[in-house]
Amino acid sequence: MLKIQNLHANVEGKQILKGINLEIKAGEVHAIMGPNGSGKSTLASVLAGRKEYEVTEGTVEFLGRDLLDLDPEERAGEGLFLAFQYPVEIPGLSTTNFIKTAVNEIRKYRGQESLDAVAFLKMMKEKMALMNIDQSLLSRPLNEGFSGGEKKRNEIFQMAMLQPKLAILDETDSGLDIDAIRIVANGVNKLHTKENAVLVVTHYQRLLDYIIPDFVHVLYNGRIVKSGTKELALELEEKGYDFIKNEIDVEEQV
Amino acid sequence: MMLTFVAMKTETAQPPHNNGIKAELSSIESAVLTDYKYGFVTDIEADSAPKGLNEDIVRFISAKKNEPEWMLEWRLKAYRHWLKMEEPKWANIKYPPINYQDIIYYSAPKQKINPKNLDEIDPELRRTFEKLGISLDEQKRLSGVAVDAVIDSVSIGTSFKEQLAELGIIFCSMSEAVQEHPELIKKYLSSVVPITDNYFAALNSAVFSDGSFCYIPKGVRCPMELSTYFRINAENTGQFERTLIVAEEGSYVSYLEGCTAPMRDENQLHAAVVELITMDNAEIKYSTVQNWYPGDKEGKGGIYNFVTKRGICKGYNSKISWTQVETGSSITWKYPSVILKGDNSVGEFYSVAVTNNHQQADTGTKMQHLGKNTKSRIVSKGISAGVSNNSYRGLVHVGKNARNARNFSQCDSLLLGDRCGAHTFPYIEVKNKSAIVEHEATTSKIGEDQIFYCNQRGIDTETAVALIVNGFAKEVMNQLPMEFAVEAQKLLAISLEGSVG
Ligand SMILES: Nc1ncnc2c1ncn2[C@@H]1O[C@H](COP(=O)(O)OP(=O)(O)O)[C@@H](O)[C@H]1O
Ligand SMILES: [Mg+2]
Repeated sequence: MLKIQNLHANVEGKQILKGINLEIKAGEVHAIMGPNGSGKSTLASVLAGRKEYEVTEGTVEFLGRDLLDLDPEERAGEGLFLAFQYPVEIPGLSTTNFIKTAVNEIRKYRGQESLDAVAFLKMMKEKMALMNIDQSLLSRPLNEGFSGGEKKRNEIFQMAMLQPKLAILDETDSGLDIDAIRIVANGVNKLHTKENAVLVVTHYQRLLDYIIPDFVHVLYNGRIVKSGTKELALELEEKGYDFIKNEIDVEEQV
Repeated sequence: MMLTFVAMKTETAQPPHNNGIKAELSSIESAVLTDYKYGFVTDIEADSAPKGLNEDIVRFISAKKNEPEWMLEWRLKAYRHWLKMEEPKWANIKYPPINYQDIIYYSAPKQKINPKNLDEIDPELRRTFEKLGISLDEQKRLSGVAVDAVIDSVSIGTSFKEQLAELGIIFCSMSEAVQEHPELIKKYLSSVVPITDNYFAALNSAVFSDGSFCYIPKGVRCPMELSTYFRINAENTGQFERTLIVAEEGSYVSYLEGCTAPMRDENQLHAAVVELITMDNAEIKYSTVQNWYPGDKEGKGGIYNFVTKRGICKGYNSKISWTQVETGSSITWKYPSVILKGDNSVGEFYSVAVTNNHQQADTGTKMQHLGKNTKSRIVSKGISAGVSNNSYRGLVHVGKNARNARNFSQCDSLLLGDRCGAHTFPYIEVKNKSAIVEHEATTSKIGEDQIFYCNQRGIDTETAVALIVNGFAKEVMNQLPMEFAVEAQKLLAISLEGSVG
């Protein structure tokens, strides 16, 4: 589904990603872990097409298309979704109205008819039940005055509404207490099928107790320095990132 | 001397089919055409006065309208006063001097004026209004909205008149009102905006050609929205209309005006006067969706919209509410105001003003608290893009007898890009210590991160801007009558097309 090869990217002239290789197949759950500042959010932003991030080398193929050639909204149309680490607020714009626009713009991209109010509301109701989210949150302006937990749940609710093929969750667990993590993880698990894939970006392994990854990758200093199964996450938890750092720094000296 | 009038074709192009004309236009014009969809010219014959302004022109207009002597005298008095006045220079707007002798002050579609029956309206004119989304056929029209349509200088038909008459409501063109209801006109015309009030009000009084008159009798709640559509069609023509609304004790009316004009290279002047009067416990809600041609992307052409709007809450516990969505005009200069004379009266001003490309707006309000326990609320949302300039100018005045006056003002500016300007000029004069006056102001920019967030959800940048802007303006948009809110939202989006990304 997603094939990243030798991806290099700059922001403000500074090289952040220094040769990422990663392949994700339909039905898989991957986790990317790494210390703060290692480039996790940068990778997510580059995949989503944020302008400030300049790709200097490498390729990304998504469902057979050259992802880097597409505008951000086209990437969304192709089925790429990013749950933001810091979702933005748009004052005055009702969350429902925003989601309805998103759903219909993506349908338009795919050549489908737009949903009328009745069909849209029916879909909302279904997903609200599935995600255990309250109507009142959705009638409020987008993310305006939402608590950290509400923002993250709203991200996952949007994911449910847009039904992406690949969802990238950037630190969806940060700032959440354990109950909120469980709710969010539950939502993600309910949406996961054989046809779609999830890339979980996280600093801590605790989210991975609930969203069980098939593969775990460690990102350090702009490179994936180690890949393994979910046991790798536990090892990291136990030994801390320093053990990876030391290993890598020693290697680089050699 | 009596002037002879000339019958002339207003335009030689063949505009009615949008696709057809597009090919004949220059590339700049076609680029604008996508932005301004009301930019067509209607090929109708018109009766026009020659260019220029003098006493004979004033007499000509008055004679054209078959006006009684008192009306002519009123006009001449205004004209003579205007000659002694100077154009105001204090607004934060720039434009080359206006040559008042280069304007045609009267142009009427050459059809029978004031058709008794809507079916008598020239089919070409009818098509013009249909293109603007206004149907003059009663059965086809938006239910619950009565329409008066004014093209260039003349009102061409008022619908729903009979149903309204049964309730004692008068809704007709100003010309007709002068003929049919002279006692009301004598009593109220210029009672809120004196003919000497300001330069453009004096000019309007001298040469105004039409507009709407609306009278709601005691205790009547007008069952439908009343609305007037103004359209400038002829070339080199100024439009000077007058609107007068009187709401008697305990009555209510909601009134909406909409305006469009063709695209032309030269600037055209629009100087209107609107007066509102509410008696005890009466309420007038006045909404404007102003979409005059804003000029092209280089700042060429467009309407100068120099308008005086004022209401007086004469009665106890009465209310006047102005809502405006200003997206058009190359220059907007207007301050819909309320004189809060009656005790416990309420004045409101809700405004969205959008400026893009080279547009300039200096707009706001004046709330004059004279009575006790009077309240006013000002919500102004300015949106600037391109190299435009957008100023809020407002005055809150609390007179010495206005005990317990309250005012709340909120002025927010939203900037798109960094070449445009937003300015706020709030003036506060308080002569009574019991007053509470609050003013809040914010300036923000549409953030890249907001746009990217929308993009990531499949929403392109243009749509994202429209969503963000409509969110920003929501508190004002919510004040619009339902039937027009959707239209106004689209208008906001259209007027900002191409301003980001
Ligand atoms: N927009 C930006 N401008 C400047 N530097 C940035 C920007 N985004 C990220 N960086 C830098 O790139 C590095 C990686 O950041 P980030 O991808 O956010 O890491 P992580 O998500 O793993 O904590 C950091 O050094 C950070 O300061
Ligand atoms: Mg991060």
